[in-house]
Amino acid sequence: MSRQLRQQLGFTLLGLATTIVVLPILLLVGYILVQGASAISWEFITAMPREGMRAGGIWPALVGTVLLTLGTAIFAVPVGIAVAIYLAEYAHDTSLTRLIRLAIINLAGVPSVVYGLFGLGLFVIFLRLGTSILAGSLTLAIMTLPVIISTAEEALRAVPQSFRIVSLSLGATQWQTVRRVVLPQALPGILTGVILGLERAAGETAPILFTVAAFFLPRLPRSIFDQTMALPYHLFVISTQVPGMPLRIQYGTALVLLAFVLSMNALATVIRSHFRRRRQW
Amino acid sequence: MAGHTRTQRTFSEYLIERLIQTTGILVILFLALIFLFLLREGGATFFEVSLRDLLQTRWYPNEEYFGILPLVLGSLLVTLGAAAISLPLGLLTAVFIAEVAPRWMREVLKPLIEVLAGIPSVVLGFLGMVVVSPLVREYLGAPTGLTALSGSLMLGYMALPTIVSVAEDALDAVPKSYRDAALALGATHWQTIWRMTVPAARSGILTAVMLGVGRAIGETMAVMMVTGNAARMPLTLNSLLMPVRTMTATIAAEMGEVAQGSTHYHVLFAIGLVLFLVTFIINLVAAWAIFRQGRRYGRLLS
Repeated sequence: MSRQLRQQLGFTLLGLATTIVVLPILLLVGYILVQGASAISWEFITAMPREGMRAGGIWPALVGTVLLTLGTAIFAVPVGIAVAIYLAEYAHDTSLTRLIRLAIINLAGVPSVVYGLFGLGLFVIFLRLGTSILAGSLTLAIMTLPVIISTAEEALRAVPQSFRIVSLSLGATQWQTVRRVVLPQALPGILTGVILGLERAAGETAPILFTVAAFFLPRLPRSIFDQTMALPYHLFVISTQVPGMPLRIQYGTALVLLAFVLSMNALATVIRSHFRRRRQW
Repeated sequence: MAGHTRTQRTFSEYLIERLIQTTGILVILFLALIFLFLLREGGATFFEVSLRDLLQTRWYPNEEYFGILPLVLGSLLVTLGAAAISLPLGLLTAVFIAEVAPRWMREVLKPLIEVLAGIPSVVLGFLGMVVVSPLVREYLGAPTGLTALSGSLMLGYMALPTIVSVAEDALDAVPKSYRDAALALGATHWQTIWRMTVPAARSGILTAVMLGVGRAIGETMAVMMVTGNAARMPLTLNSLLMPVRTMTATIAAEMGEVAQGSTHYHVLFAIGLVLFLVTFIINLVAAWAIFRQGRRYGRLLS
């Protein structure tokens, strides 16, 4: 077999593998879209679930997921960006920063259900927050930190060194340089990372199982110490725990969750490409 | 406005730097806290259940049988199956994207694979139940579609985005001069890929493999929804077509129903501790491969 022929065969094989990877993604997303579309209505989105969730809507689950995502953002965003600033702007290559990086990689690898156990042990039981929005948000926030830190650090590092040098040479202090020069330039990149991190938090089920999620609670939460329903857990419940559940409602719920999460993904992509085109360095 | 504003400024600079450094240390603290609280809630296991009873083949907590072997083997089987699917597919796809695909195709493929990473695992689990497991039942003759194989299929796909993006990054980082040298010596593009670029990227590829496997072991919801959750020893060859139960699914399914402080509760935390340690070691290996290469770790996590 000639070398050229072998190369041709090889490239075909690579293309085939890529197709096997990509095609199911398109098919599955399309399938949910087609099957779920018929369930979507104003009432489905904004009504309480009725008759043991076999009728009505998903309003409390949707609100719960929005609240948990916001709660996660409140805790994870400031800490995540601060750590990124430390790593990108202040830290030298010491054993401490190596240890911090190692911790970040390992935090990213902790299984989501283990975060659930941790949240139960620390927030729910030890700090006596109970199963509550607060406990769930804190758990999700710690899980989200690695994504936010790593993308924010990348964004900060992408700002050219000359910007810092000019600012410092004009007499600005290091913090002034970070706050007025580097951060504004890195903001789109940081925002992209934040949204991607929150996207993951919004879709997670295992970390909220024992920390906040309510099986069936047809009212909106009244405070941050309340339990709440949440979309991912709701989808799990209605597809495995409730006998005689209409498939239409399951597909509809899956579609809303998917749309929620993928629209965050799309937003991040748009921000990234928009600012990449506009920036002048 | 000289004198005191200036010292004030230096002082607040100092304060801010300390504050920011503290958040960095916080990250280490969080990891330590996870370990400590798993130990705090799970440690009692080792006083309540003997090691011999833990290493038994029967998991039936209602009657005080706490043998975790079927769960460990269940996780192992499903993860190995996932690796067998996702490693070849992921690496070939990474090579295609990094080395062969034209630029416009790359711009389409990369966001598409990112979409897969963004799909919540519970949605994939749901799809696994309604689409994949009927197929497994129909075409592979499994008595029920909820099998270890269904779990491996789901997990394999869930690990793909990590493997593809990390491996592709590693291939991208190989200097162009390496490829040019190989091509100049008369190698074909195909030979250059396999004898030059891939070997040069191997430590990054190892990272990709480790992170992919680590993700597969820790996955919970999709696995719980499609594997049928029967705690049996998967020892025979046809175990792939039988229901199986993983460590993660056991925790997720049973923690909600146990009494806090009971032996069952402690054992579930101990299983979490085992999971934590296993993924910790896997991530250390992955991290070691990156640090050795002196590369940035950014893209690995997103």
